[in-house]
Amino acid sequence: MESVLVAVGVVALVGLILGVLIGFTAKKFAVASDPRIEQVAELLPGANCGGCGYAGCADLAKAIVTSGADPALCAVCSAENVAKICAVMGVEAGTKERKVAVVYCSGDRSHAKMIAQYNGLNDCRAAASLHGGGKGCRFGCIGLGSCARSCPFGAIEIRNGLAIVHPETCVGCGKCVDICPRKLIRLVPAESKGHVYCNSLLKGPQKKKYCSIPCIACRKCVKAAPEVFNPQGFLVRAVKPELVDAELVKSAGCPTGALQTVEDHLALGQAAGKEKEGAA
Amino acid sequence: MPSNEWLLITVGAVLVNNIVLSRILGICPFLGVSKKIKTALGMAGAVIFVMGIASFATAVLYHLMLSAKISIRIGSLQIQDLDLAFTKILIFIVVIAGLVQIVEILLQKFSPALYGALGIYLPLITTNCAVLGAAELNAASGRSILASTVYGICSGVGFGLALILFASIRERLELSRIPKMFQGTAIALITAGILALAFMGFSGLVK
Repeated sequence: MESVLVAVGVVALVGLILGVLIGFTAKKFAVASDPRIEQVAELLPGANCGGCGYAGCADLAKAIVTSGADPALCAVCSAENVAKICAVMGVEAGTKERKVAVVYCSGDRSHAKMIAQYNGLNDCRAAASLHGGGKGCRFGCIGLGSCARSCPFGAIEIRNGLAIVHPETCVGCGKCVDICPRKLIRLVPAESKGHVYCNSLLKGPQKKKYCSIPCIACRKCVKAAPEVFNPQGFLVRAVKPELVDAELVKSAGCPTGALQTVEDHLALGQAAGKEKEGAA
Repeated sequence: MPSNEWLLITVGAVLVNNIVLSRILGICPFLGVSKKIKTALGMAGAVIFVMGIASFATAVLYHLMLSAKISIRIGSLQIQDLDLAFTKILIFIVVIAGLVQIVEILLQKFSPALYGALGIYLPLITTNCAVLGAAELNAASGRSILASTVYGICSGVGFGLALILFASIRERLELSRIPKMFQGTAIALITAGILALAFMGFSGLVK
């Protein structure tokens, strides 16, 4: 019994000595840092996506406090938190526009024609350097999901061989934009309601050879709403995507279906995707 | 100590009795920080650092504990030659945790570059079972202080080797088509098992 008591005493003594030592070193060798850095870091989302160009949220917080980086640099941060950061820093809050990523392609497995079976690395960048994967179209989505894996927020879904961005989850950090070897992901204003989901620069008949849903540059939509759509060579882009609603899509009467509202695009291949998953 | 003894300690700790793949210690950082080679490198450095320091400190402490036979008188109670070696695990873990805290503070003050490289990993391994395991194995096999320190560093190198190998395989696995039910931790555990099997090949190295 006594030896147990002595053991307890010795361990408690060791703990006490260490505690005093830690306390002493922490006081004596403390590194003075700006308390605002911690405050700002707490207000940042902490996902460390790197969308701002700094190594992570802590790095951005340090840059905001010490070298005067723009508090609104973080695309993920809510406007409310940006205002709080500005309050901490004592600067005026600027307004910022929320953006979301869009994959300019509708060529899933039921629309795009496959010309080869790709069995290499399961990565779009690898496929792009090796004849560009299995699909015939050289401009569209390869569908191996490099963007989905790079997304720190899980906003991209690969459905039926096509990357689809869920705009309600997307925060517009731009990681997928950088990683896509086909460069067909772009950041657009979050209010966008519809797009021309095609990225191919080929002439209409050449596109139709490999895809049943391309933009063939017939310009019906341009005639219907010239202020919204802008033809660029053999491709039409919605330059004011916030004006594309279901009514306009209907009146434009896109013959291939490349012009879609965001909701229709999200529903694309839902049934086919389910089927495929069940089979696998 | 003859020179082949040193070879036995180093090769034994790094390859034959690898602390992760053969002794199955320190599995949680092994699975947790092995997704990218870059973080695996940082973790490996931190583990080598901490294991070296911890093995040295605990070896010194253990030799003190063995040599100091405490005799105390409390009132009418008389305790002769009290052997406190049975409290070694408890004391080791407290001392390692406290020591790493102190070293972390000192690193931050005197070597910000090293702190930047290892800083975020140090608190993770203060009470790691691999670090405690190295200290305990030193005590159990009665190594000298110098041999214990060498064993600690080599165990850290063995841990780092296993971690970096595993991280490399996992980076490659990211790009593979893995059946849905095996994705994530499942395939990682299978990989770890196969890696451990491969390391069993070294067991014939030392007779």
